[in-house]
Amino acid sequence: MRRLVVIAVPYLWLLALFLVPFGIVLKISLSDIALAIPPYLPTLDLGRGWTGLREFFGDLDFENFRFLTTDDLYWKSYLSSLRIAVISTLLSLLVGFPIAYGMARARSDWRPTLMMLVILPFWTSFLIRVYAWVGILSTEGVLNQFLSLIGVIDAPLIILNTTTAVYIGIVYTYLPFMILPIYATLEKMDESLLEAAEDLGCSRLQAFWLVTLPLSRNGVIAGCFLVFIPVIGEFVIPALLGGSETLMIGKILFEEFFSNRDWPVASAVAVILLLILVVPIILFQRNELLQQEAGK
Amino acid sequence: MSNEKPGTRFAPWEDVGAVPLITFRGVTKRFGEFTAIDTLDLDVFEREFFALLGPSGCGKTTLMRMLAGFEEPTEGQITLAGQDMAGVPPNKRPVNMMFQSYALFPHLTVWDNIAFGLKRSDMARDQIADRVKEMLRLTRLEQFARRKPHQISGGQRQRVALARSLAKAPKLLLLDEPLGALDAKLRQDTQFELMDIQEKTGTTFVIVTHDQEEAMTVASRVAVMDHGRIVQVDTPDRIYESPNSVYVADFIGDVNIFEGSAEPGADVTQVTWAEGQPPLTGSADRPLARGTRCAMAIRPEKIAISAEPPADRANALRGKVHDIAYLGNISTYHVELPTGHIVKAQTANTRRIGRREFTWDDEVWLSWTDTAGVVLPAETT
Repeated sequence: MRRLVVIAVPYLWLLALFLVPFGIVLKISLSDIALAIPPYLPTLDLGRGWTGLREFFGDLDFENFRFLTTDDLYWKSYLSSLRIAVISTLLSLLVGFPIAYGMARARSDWRPTLMMLVILPFWTSFLIRVYAWVGILSTEGVLNQFLSLIGVIDAPLIILNTTTAVYIGIVYTYLPFMILPIYATLEKMDESLLEAAEDLGCSRLQAFWLVTLPLSRNGVIAGCFLVFIPVIGEFVIPALLGGSETLMIGKILFEEFFSNRDWPVASAVAVILLLILVVPIILFQRNELLQQEAGK
Repeated sequence: MSNEKPGTRFAPWEDVGAVPLITFRGVTKRFGEFTAIDTLDLDVFEREFFALLGPSGCGKTTLMRMLAGFEEPTEGQITLAGQDMAGVPPNKRPVNMMFQSYALFPHLTVWDNIAFGLKRSDMARDQIADRVKEMLRLTRLEQFARRKPHQISGGQRQRVALARSLAKAPKLLLLDEPLGALDAKLRQDTQFELMDIQEKTGTTFVIVTHDQEEAMTVASRVAVMDHGRIVQVDTPDRIYESPNSVYVADFIGDVNIFEGSAEPGADVTQVTWAEGQPPLTGSADRPLARGTRCAMAIRPEKIAISAEPPADRANALRGKVHDIAYLGNISTYHVELPTGHIVKAQTANTRRIGRREFTWDDEVWLSWTDTAGVVLPAETT
């Protein structure tokens, strides 16, 4: 009985805070737009009994999903989101791995401080931090002023409102999610493994390729998913730093919801986004599971 | 393992013409202010099973890491097979090491672990397979070749580590506390296995250990270290029977120490150690001047215990049984002398315990011959 209660808690949590809201979103995505409050039809009226229920389900259809295929804006946004997520994941890996490696190789009394420095930005609001980049990257911003001061450039660089700015913002924001899992695996690694590799004839570089890299694989995979999954749906960064050229599905979702007030289409966009995310989330879970098994 | 059969005796260190495989000449290693190795000289010969023995922090691991190339000496020279090792990185040395933690690559199978070093050499692929197979057979691991390190037992992991470090047929194999992680029974078996493999392969082994029994069992010679210096290098039996200092006598095995002043005689040296007690007689390897502070070291098993005063023993002391430690095969009697000293005497339990001759508070005589104990200069500390 006690066990049942313990198990029930997370399930109830999931049911109330994930499955039920998802069911509502799914229902809205199958409804039609209407000038009403809430702005869609049909609404369920249980007072009318069976016939009401039958009519309610009869009115649901996949029209919104069909609509998404007619306008190429949507699939282009999905693709663009995927591309931006892939590229920024790789960029984060490129920047994050050396940092994690450096942290793991640092003197052990330094590590908590370094770890603190990685986490420290989270103490400031995410929105403020992204907004600060506007001040850095704009044509009159800190970066351009500095570069023209030291004479590297004549005309200001146009970075803000381009996809480049979005990449900078994403890599900056999500870097800790890449660093921490990689650091965790590298820090666990027994240093005598590298000595053993050298002792058996490896150069330092070979030892890195043959031992360090394969052993940090799980951390790299975890870090990549932790960056990739939220970046696909990212809205704030492309909205603040990206320009009109930057297509991301989060932005489309926002526009459908608030500008067009088309809740059913916005919900359809969200449902498809979730379906796209299910694949990497399952892969991520599997990686975590394998890691746990290997750790035993 | 002292091997006294003439002709087959392995003792290159006694042969003045023998060229050592490893030489340390005036080697010093400092870490900042701390001197880990202090102007050390050492020769190790080919095919030796050489043990570095000492308490933790005595520098034995540093010594081994300098041989492997993980540390460079601050001063002095190390040569291996005539070649100066200064500046030669670990991956360019004909030396392999078996790590205390085994350091097996967790992402590779047993087979790949053993093949790891071979793949870094220019050996042909089919030759590598043959060599790995040979190593698997040598360490009786054939059926575990496809397993990962976490899927085998501690003893098997130890053998994989050994196979991996032997695979490249190094001139010198370094073993850092190789049996530290094994339980007592497995340790004993593995010690003999190690000796067997060392003999079969003819490789020179240098083993680091803090376990004196292990060093005595496996080694052809033992170096006892203390504070970055080698106190004594000798065969196990000489280390045990003829220690050159109280430190060595005390570190290896159990010993009773009587401190006093020396009275050198013709063959033996007498030690006056306490008022009202007869002087003790023992042999001194190095002559001691009359009246110098010295110590008589006598092993518990060389002391006989009897109820009646012994007739023909050079040394006899009277005391009372204070405590008895029963260890199954032997018993150690802690006998309290009138001076307050506690002397340990050991007897083999040839009879079952019910028939024990002495018990607590019995008056007994302790005795030993004039050559059983060694007279050593007292520790200057």
